[in-house]
Amino acid sequence: MSFRDGPLRDIRAPRTWLAVAAAIVVLVIAIGLLIASRDEQAKGGTQAGKWGEARVKFDQVAQPVSGLLAAPFRWTSQGANFIGGYFFAASQNRQLRQRVIELERARDTAIALKNINGRYEQMLRLRTEPPIPMVTARAVADVRGPFANARLADAGALQGVKLGNPVMNDRGVVGRVVGVSRSVSRILLLSDIDSRTPVLVDRTNARAILTGDGGGIPRLEYVRGRDTVREGDLILTSGDGGLYPRGLPVGVAAKDARGGWRVRLYADRANIDFVRILVFDDFSQSVDPASLATGTAPVLSEDEKAAVAAANAASVQAQIDQQVKDQVQAQVQAYIQQQQQAQAQAQAQAQAQAAGQALIQAPGASPAPQTAAPPGATVSPPRPATAVPGRPAVLPGVPVARPRAPTARPRPRPAAAPGQPPTVTVVRPPVQFGDPDAAFLAGAGGN
Amino acid sequence: MGRPSQHLQTHEWIGLPMLVAMAATLAFAAPIRLFSLPLPEPIFPMALAFAWAVIRPSVLGPFALLLLGLFLDMFWGTPFGLWGLSLLIVYFAALLTWQLIAGQGPQALWIVYAVMVFLGFGCAYILAAVGAGTPPNVLGSLLQYAATVALYPVAYWLTERFEDADVRFR
Repeated sequence: MSFRDGPLRDIRAPRTWLAVAAAIVVLVIAIGLLIASRDEQAKGGTQAGKWGEARVKFDQVAQPVSGLLAAPFRWTSQGANFIGGYFFAASQNRQLRQRVIELERARDTAIALKNINGRYEQMLRLRTEPPIPMVTARAVADVRGPFANARLADAGALQGVKLGNPVMNDRGVVGRVVGVSRSVSRILLLSDIDSRTPVLVDRTNARAILTGDGGGIPRLEYVRGRDTVREGDLILTSGDGGLYPRGLPVGVAAKDARGGWRVRLYADRANIDFVRILVFDDFSQSVDPASLATGTAPVLSEDEKAAVAAANAASVQAQIDQQVKDQVQAQVQAYIQQQQQAQAQAQAQAQAQAAGQALIQAPGASPAPQTAAPPGATVSPPRPATAVPGRPAVLPGVPVARPRAPTARPRPRPAAAPGQPPTVTVVRPPVQFGDPDAAFLAGAGGN
Repeated sequence: MGRPSQHLQTHEWIGLPMLVAMAATLAFAAPIRLFSLPLPEPIFPMALAFAWAVIRPSVLGPFALLLLGLFLDMFWGTPFGLWGLSLLIVYFAALLTWQLIAGQGPQALWIVYAVMVFLGFGCAYILAAVGAGTPPNVLGSLLQYAATVALYPVAYWLTERFEDADVRFR
């Protein structure tokens, strides 16, 4: 007798229904979790609330486990790279030589531009950003699916990493930190579906938002104006919103099949195992969110008020000094130009008079030798010296000393209106489009 | 009245495969490239969701899948409940059609598995698009779907290994 015909044959149906009931209960739980986590994330970001704390603790545990489990893959990758390097050494050598040449050019350009930029900054008294300290970290896990693009790095709060810090590799921006535990940080990549990055087109300074979609080439959205983007345009971080410093290289603009704009990320051109975390305080970190929510200005202490008044007075005094200096410079330059013009006129008159006296002292003297005229040709007599009032006399055959044109000098800058800060023009160094190294050096050279 | 000689042990057909799926997920997230290509990233628990429903109806199965889904959400940084819901949809669909698909050949089961996984991916795609306000990359989704469908031999092996272990479900 088989069990189908036995006393246990009826067990199947209730067990199936129990399983279906359990599945429905768990489905409801999952939907509740989804809604709750979305609400929590909308209120305070990825690391907010109990779920955020749980995620941070999970990352702390997952980092060593992931590193251990990924070790065989690492070894395989290293072995494959070793074999590949052995077989493709010649072609790699050629590529590297070419690359060295390109990098040397980029380095020379960068040195020259840095020098010029430094002088401009001194002349314009620009307040440049201080150098941003960096933390180097190794990526231990890399999530690459269409629904999430994130990376775990083995540097955390102990190394000074904070929420929101931008992350780069040796080519360009990778993403930013969205979770930090003691020794691990979670990096949200630019290509993640939740990532939105304010960027600009270097050629036109047009702003846009880089929107990840889980693919390797994120979309460029909210581009304003016509023809503001072209194929191959360099895309940099704009610094808007204070999340990223301005000018970090992101990638190159490319058109997709539908005619929309996308960005080929520089960060994808390099290996992704090592990253640099810029310990950069964005705006949200430098202010207390609670003070923004109140809508009232913070109350200053007496010392703070005195410091603010002193800083304002110093600023006004500096502006007045600058205006006076500009005016004095302009007056001095105008005086010098007048003197030079008068001197030139006097010299010309003296030369003309000297030539006229020479002619008067030698009346029989033949005029300046001329080429022999052909027989029968009429020869015009020498014209007398002509003199126009106010101008030096002009004699034929005598070179005339013309007054020198005043030396070209930079025009004095217009003085700023009282109470207004002086206008500052920022000169950006030219960047060679499509050259990641030049862009990298130009964009992050000062860091 | 004795029990059948072969009885399914929970840790054998739920516990151990669950740990292996977690370990495989962690291992395949290694930040390396082999011959300039990144490692594929299939959803390993999808194979379990299908296989557990085919092996036998169980009360523990859905809870184990919820745990696996939470693990994926934690590790990948997706909203909590996203992958739990997607895995449960696969499990639920397989459970409802269990009577139909039991006893089918491997090729037919593979097609059924691909359809179930498509349902799970569709759910995740829609939820992610609604949550982020932008649809996920279609090509990337298809690649990950294909990598997950390629896991069918694992699901089939599990099914073969445990389907007949409990003779009450023959």
